[in-house]
Amino acid sequence: MATLLITNGTILDPSQKLERKADLLLKDGKVAAIGQDLGKADQVIDASGLLVTPGLIDIHVHFREPGDEEEETIASGAAAAVAGGFTTVCCMPNTKPPLETEAAIEFVLRESQRVGLANVYPVGAITKGREGKELAEIGSMNERGAVAFSDDGVGVADASVMRKALQYCRMFDAVIMQHCEEHSLGGGAMHAGVVSTSLGLPGIPPEAEQLMIARDLLLNRKIGCRYHVQHISTEWSVELIRRAKQNGQSVTAEVAPHHLLLTDENCRGYDTNYKMNPPLRTAADVAACVAGVKDGTLDCLATDHAPHLAEEKELEFANAPFGILGLECALPLYVKALVTPGHIPWPRLIELMTVAGAKIAKLNKGTLAIGADADVTIIDPNLKWTIDKNQFRSKSRNCPFHGWDVQGRAVATIVGGRVSWTLR
Amino acid sequence: MIETLNTSSTAWKRKHLLSLEELTANEIRFVLDTADSFKEVSTRSVKKVPALRGRVVVNAFFEDSTRTRMSFSLAAQRLSADLIDFSEKGSSVSKGETLIDTARNIEAMGVDVIVIRHSAAGSAELLSRSIKASVINAGDGAHEHPTQGLLDLYTIRERFGKIAGLKIAIVGDIANSRVARSDLWGLKKLGAEVILVGPTTLLPKSFESLGARVVHDFDSVIGEVDVINMLRVQNERIKSSQFPTVREFTNLFGLTSDRFTRCKPDVFVMHPGPMNRGIEISSHIADGPQSGILTQVTNGLAVRMAVLYLVSGATT
Repeated sequence: MATLLITNGTILDPSQKLERKADLLLKDGKVAAIGQDLGKADQVIDASGLLVTPGLIDIHVHFREPGDEEEETIASGAAAAVAGGFTTVCCMPNTKPPLETEAAIEFVLRESQRVGLANVYPVGAITKGREGKELAEIGSMNERGAVAFSDDGVGVADASVMRKALQYCRMFDAVIMQHCEEHSLGGGAMHAGVVSTSLGLPGIPPEAEQLMIARDLLLNRKIGCRYHVQHISTEWSVELIRRAKQNGQSVTAEVAPHHLLLTDENCRGYDTNYKMNPPLRTAADVAACVAGVKDGTLDCLATDHAPHLAEEKELEFANAPFGILGLECALPLYVKALVTPGHIPWPRLIELMTVAGAKIAKLNKGTLAIGADADVTIIDPNLKWTIDKNQFRSKSRNCPFHGWDVQGRAVATIVGGRVSWTLR
Repeated sequence: MIETLNTSSTAWKRKHLLSLEELTANEIRFVLDTADSFKEVSTRSVKKVPALRGRVVVNAFFEDSTRTRMSFSLAAQRLSADLIDFSEKGSSVSKGETLIDTARNIEAMGVDVIVIRHSAAGSAELLSRSIKASVINAGDGAHEHPTQGLLDLYTIRERFGKIAGLKIAIVGDIANSRVARSDLWGLKKLGAEVILVGPTTLLPKSFESLGARVVHDFDSVIGEVDVINMLRVQNERIKSSQFPTVREFTNLFGLTSDRFTRCKPDVFVMHPGPMNRGIEISSHIADGPQSGILTQVTNGLAVRMAVLYLVSGATT
């Protein structure tokens, strides 16, 4: 009967529209009580001046295991997650081999349990080998615990395959998370615009993303599968989703910290830490993404945490891999992009980082309701600190935010009633 | 005359030459003036000065090149530098060694200047961040080819006695051209008007933001320009549907005899080479009295001597 009592904090649980000073009692891995004078506990954490929120959730990370364990593993990724305040993450299936079998799904779940730091849930591949040709065993993976399906890294290019994927996933009420990029317009290294023209780098036009979103929305109009757009990056992508939602279509979308804070101007100097896919777009796109978060068009925040080796990122810009770390600096970056300028208040930020993602991936998480899993993040919203990639738990260092002065940080991360991480 | 390396009192403080975008107008003029003094060397019976004696220059060419490479080799030799010629076709990635590793290995042999040609934009800048030697960009992908830009400026200045106020058309595959970008920056900085001419598929509107006039109808500007710089047409652009056929390209954007008659009488014609005779330029124009094409090559040597000399001076 292990008990953990968090005292004197401000409980902030958007799932219950809760924001008040109270104590929180966790018992046997579940939320036991919220209130005053909750009695004695095995362990007590004083959260005076701090926010006590449901454990943060990131539905889009890459942990590289199996295949590229030198970049990240489920263990190092989970350590990075809890250091950033995340108790639950969904890892994408573009591993080597891809997560496309029950055995692979089982492996991620077991390894997550063995590591015991965070809840790491697997996303299964939509198609065999992520090749976009034949459906993978979605039903079997779904049964074994895959929380969503995606060929992330690439979109499902073939319209007839995508239609079948939407129809098939509908049968299980499973969500498809699409990496939206029309293949024939991709192949560039950065956003196609003035900066790419000046740098002489091949561009990825915004239409690459918009075309696939538009196509999928049309395909799904009558099917009504749960369809989720990953890492939104352009103004018109936001608009397409806004209109689809107005028409009552089944669609959700996420946005990453870098698409809320950086632009293609950052690529000047050819620093490959600014190379990711979708690429950094223009200031107008950033503003549209922020507006999309503000008006609810975009449903949740997700980092697309994508670790890469230093030697890969040391290549020429066009040859370096896409990707940017996310987990360990996401919270203060969202604060900087959304809360500090007054676009959204803290409760909304926590909603976007907890229950919103849980709903999309149908996770029984993201709430401090009595009886819920005891995943809790304690946040100091006022803590000022400097992002230092050399302090990261991740195995990789591809972070362009290194050296940024930020505000707000998770100071303790509790997973299943156990303290997984505390700040020193 | 410059006989030895004088490191003081120059207007040049840069260790590298990576682009013309980053240079000031004064720096560009200083290189051109320095090239002036070196041009004289080529007219002597002994065409050599001891300016870089004891220095090591490496030509690191990761992409095919004939004239740029020969030009740099000869320039280094005329300055009495020791020269290593290194070439590696294909990307360093395919070889399993990164560009930075390759460069660090070359540098470990004690070199002073690395001249790099590479198919990836930004590779010269990447190199300059990773090693201690001076880096000269001899063409990086579609980004820049600064010494070509400088020799074009030099040649135009030599012909007209000035650059400011001139109207210069650069014609062809602008999107994929590093020469167009370097020319554009250099010409703008020295006060010329730059008109970029090409099909919409090879000349995005975004070039307007870089300060150029963007034109898709060659004939609409042909009578008003002082200089026409024709770029090489690449056959592989047909495969990627950027224009339908070579024939149509020539019809729309070639410097044909017919178009030439509508040019200013003293128009100056340039081409960075290698030329596709009969495609982007008619032979009789290329070989005619208004062509500066071979002068460009001659001037390239003087300009590259100047650049090697100046970046070496900044190293010490």
